Parts: sequence; C-alpha cells; structure tokens
Amino acid sequence: MNIYTYIIRRLLYVIPVLLGVCAIIFVLFNLVSPDPTLIMLGKHASVKQMAELRAELGLDRPMIEQYFDIVKSAFTFDFGRSWTTKQEISEMIKAGALPSLTVTFPAFILATVIAVAISLFVAFYRGKFLDKSVVLLCVALMSISSLAYILFGQYFFAFKLGLFEISGYEQAFPDFIPYVMLPILILIIISIGPDVRFYRTVMLDEIYQDYVRTARAKGLGEKMILFKHVLKNAMIPIITFVVIRLPFLILGTLLIESFFSIPGLGGITLNAINSSDFPVIRAMTVLSAVAYIIFSVITDVLYTLVDPRVRLG
Amino acid sequence: MEVAQVQSTQKEVKEQKSKSLWQHAWSSLMKDKFAVASIIIVAVYAILAILCNLGFVAADWAKEVGPSYAPPSSEYLFGLDIFGRSVLAKTLKGTEVAMSVGLVTGIISMIIGVFLGGIAGYFGGKVDEVIVWFYTTFSSIPYIMLLVAITFILGKGILAVYLALGLTSWVNLCRLIRGEVIRHKDREYVQAAAAIGGGDFRKLFLHILPNVMHIVIINFSLQFQTAIKSEVILSYLGLGVQGRPSWGTMINDAKLELARGNWWQLAAATAAMFVVVLAFNTLGDALRDALDPKLKGK
Repeated sequence: MNIYTYIIRRLLYVIPVLLGVCAIIFVLFNLVSPDPTLIMLGKHASVKQMAELRAELGLDRPMIEQYFDIVKSAFTFDFGRSWTTKQEISEMIKAGALPSLTVTFPAFILATVIAVAISLFVAFYRGKFLDKSVVLLCVALMSISSLAYILFGQYFFAFKLGLFEISGYEQAFPDFIPYVMLPILILIIISIGPDVRFYRTVMLDEIYQDYVRTARAKGLGEKMILFKHVLKNAMIPIITFVVIRLPFLILGTLLIESFFSIPGLGGITLNAINSSDFPVIRAMTVLSAVAYIIFSVITDVLYTLVDPRVRLG
Repeated sequence: MEVAQVQSTQKEVKEQKSKSLWQHAWSSLMKDKFAVASIIIVAVYAILAILCNLGFVAADWAKEVGPSYAPPSSEYLFGLDIFGRSVLAKTLKGTEVAMSVGLVTGIISMIIGVFLGGIAGYFGGKVDEVIVWFYTTFSSIPYIMLLVAITFILGKGILAVYLALGLTSWVNLCRLIRGEVIRHKDREYVQAAAAIGGGDFRKLFLHILPNVMHIVIINFSLQFQTAIKSEVILSYLGLGVQGRPSWGTMINDAKLELARGNWWQLAAATAAMFVVVLAFNTLGDALRDALDPKLKGK
C-alpha cells in the first residue's frame, strides 16, 4: 500500500471511531443513566415538574436528535449550558484549560526528561545491582496510592514544613508559580515509576538488536552506542508514548486539582460528577475523546513517515 | 544395586528433559526469591480476606472500643478512628473488599478480553474489523469518565465497583490476545487439529488458547493491583464501596483527619495496600520473565 493511501485511510477511520465514541457517550448518559430530572428535583418531584424540566433541558426530543447533538458538539465544541451553574460550557472549558496546563504540562515535560535519563542510565548498568534496585524502587513508587501521595505531600511539605502554598491559585503569569510547585512535584513522583519502567523496556529492546552488536563489533564504546544509536532508535516509541498522552494534559488531574483548589478542567469535572451535571461530564468526555483521536492519528502518521520499518497493511 | 541407581538417575535425566513450559516456568519462578515472597504475601492476604468474609477475623470492626481518635499505643495497636473503632480491625476488614475487587474485576476483564480478542484474531475479516473498531472507540474515552458513567448507572456499592472496573479494563488484554491468536492460527498444530475434524471454536479455545495463556496470567496479576488502586480513587469520588471499611474509604477519611495530626488511618491503609500491590507488581514481572518465551536468554 502506498503511504498516501494509508494516510488517507487512517484519516477516514476517524469517522467511524468518532461516531462510535458519541454512541457510547449517548448510551451511557442519555439512554441508560438514571433520570436526571429525578436527581435535580429530588425524590418528591411531581410528574408535571419533571415533564417541564425535561422539556426545558431538551430531554423530550427524539433520541436520534439527541445523538446527533453529541456528534455535532464534537465538531462545533458547542456543548450547551451547565445544569448547575447555567454557564456556557465552552466558556468554562476556555477558562479551565490554562490552569490545568500550568500544572500538567511542566510536570509532564520534567517527568519525561527525568525518566528517559534514568532509563538510559539503568540500561547502561542493565542486570547489575543498580539496575535491579532502580526497577524495584519504581515498582515500590507505583504501589502507593496517588491519593496517599497527595494527602501526605500537602500535609507534610505544605502544612507542616510550610515549603509550599497549601492550596489556591492566581491567574496572572508569575503569580501562579508558587501554587503549582507542589502539585507538579507530586505529579512527577506519581508518574516517574511507570515511566522509567516503560522507557527502560524500550531501551533494552533496542540494546539486544543486531545493529548494537555490529556497533560493538566495530569497536564503539558502550556510551557512544547508548547515546548515538540506542537513544536515536528508541526515540520512535518514546515520541509515540509522549504524543499519545498529550491530550490528557488538557483534562488535568481530577484529584490534584481538587486538593489544591486549582480552577482547572479536572476540578470542573469533579464538581460536575458530584452534582450529576451531565452536560459538563459529557462535554469533558467528548472533548478528551476528540483530542485523543486527533493525537492518535498524528502519532500513526508520524510513525509511518519517520520509521521506514513500519509495515503498512 | 548400582545398576538400579544408574537407571534411576537416567530416568531423572529423562524427566528433566521432558519438562513442559509450565513446569519450566514454575521452577524458574521458585528460584526467584522476590517471586516466592510475593506469592506468600498474596496467599496471606487471600486467606485473611476469606477469614474476614467467614467472620473469623475483624468481625467486630464496627464496635466502639475506646475514645475517638486515640493514637496508636500498646492497647490500640494502630490507633482508633473518629467513632473509636479499631483502625487495625478496619484495615484487616479492608482486605476483603480489596481482594474481592481485584479478583472479580480481573475475571470480568479476562472473560471479555479473551473472548473478543480470540474471535477477532481467529476469524479475522469483518468480525475482526468490528471488534477492533469497538475497542479503538472504547479506548478513546478516558478511563475515569467511563468509570464514573458506569457507577452513575449502577448506583453506589460494591457491585457497581466490580462492574465499572471490570468493564473498563479489558481493552489491553483483548489487543494482546488478538495479536497472539493471529500469529498462532496458521501454525501446524492448529492445522493438525483441523485435520482430525476440530471445529473453529474447538481449535480456538482448546488448542490456541492454552498457548497464549501466559499473557492472560501476566495480565491478570497486573489487573488485580490496578483494580485495588482504582477502588481508592472511586471511594474518593464518593462512588466506591458503601457501609463497610475499604482502604479507599479509610484513605478518603484521612483527608479530614490529617489536618488534626491524625495520621494512623492513612498510614495503616496505605501500608496494607502498598504491600499487596507491590507483591502483585513483583509477581507480574516474575511471571513475565518465567512465562514469556521471547524473553528467554536475555
């Protein structure tokens, strides 16, 4: 198959996936979920009140129309209004995306750089004591609940030692930095374990390839092999792993944002979950699914362009 | 006498040669100190969970045994919670929820993943296209949103936790099984099974499946600990287990207690969870080393 045919086919595949995503969201939130009017009005609502509210929320319209509303919102990003705050959801998203990114983006970049560096380092000492202890440490870090990290970090470093702000946020540029320091630190610690393990496997997969043996046979030093050959080839899975996780940065982190009162999308989502605010939850789901689909197309296309070994079929 | 000895050693040699993959895996697993320790830890937790369920251990966790928030002492080993209940008893009782959540969600995701992955890989064509489309779609939606939506629908409680975690975690296994089945389906042993008249499902589930079982086992071990960790998040969101102690609800309670310096509930639940999750993680790695033929010799 020609590479352009492949790219076009991959782009066209977005359509059934997007329709499928909307179908799942529709089934979950419009079809089988408990009647939202009952949640909003409480147990003692009269039938008339419920019918009025249903009409107001547009829940009495034909199912197929409600489904295509979701599909349409995936393109227009017009998600309607929140049931609780009555705000325009697209405005809420615009306001919340930046605070989320101020936490997730630096944390993601730092965690990736640190994890790749550590994994190169342990790949150099593979099978030795140092390698084994780093792997064990990573597994140990992964075995602690992220909630425990947040609770302990906030209590000990911010409350007891007073090294960081306990919670809060400022919108202006340099002012928010003290508020996001500890969340970033906690996020790095949460993600460093799985990241190092993943990158280490990537490095080791490369180290046992034939070209490494060739490089060794022609007399190259181990460091030269690692940095010039292994790292270069390992870049492909590393970039894939990085790109595919980018869309989730916008969504922020539910737990960290709510604990540190950061007014990001994670916090908005959490509030929506607590108040059964279906349009907001649905909007966040559509938003992240669309971002995920776009980025997975980008990775797939990049993959075929960058790596000639990828078979098209 | 001597002849007999020689014969017996020859026999031993023969037996060693004819070891199956599983026997090989078991013996290499037993050589790994970490793996043995993990198996023992998991077994202890499992026994504790069963004993809790039968009412032999921590049956009186709800009883008030002392003053509210008594710190750890020789009398109250892990301290007491807000209602004067023993944190130790609650932690022990929590194993029941954790182990059952791990087990049930592991089984649910295993059944869905193996079945869909198996038929997608084996039949190919339209069936494969539909299943691949389905899991691509499914994995485009963030895990946490699906989890929330499913618990919304099913209401709160342990049943909702089982189903929400089970129904959202099969994609990875499905993808792996599909790939392996595709690699296996045209091999000689499958052709041989066809030659003696084996039908499609017989070939798939009786002949191919045992050969990809190692993936299922490794995945199950890792799925188990993911489920235990996810239960904590669900509890924090208020969608978790209700009316009985779980490590998730204990850690969740701790967010109000910590500001007053009451750290023992958080510490006990985190420690209990840390040990068993670490054991499952280590076991998963050891199983991968022991069972995955691709890693042999590395």
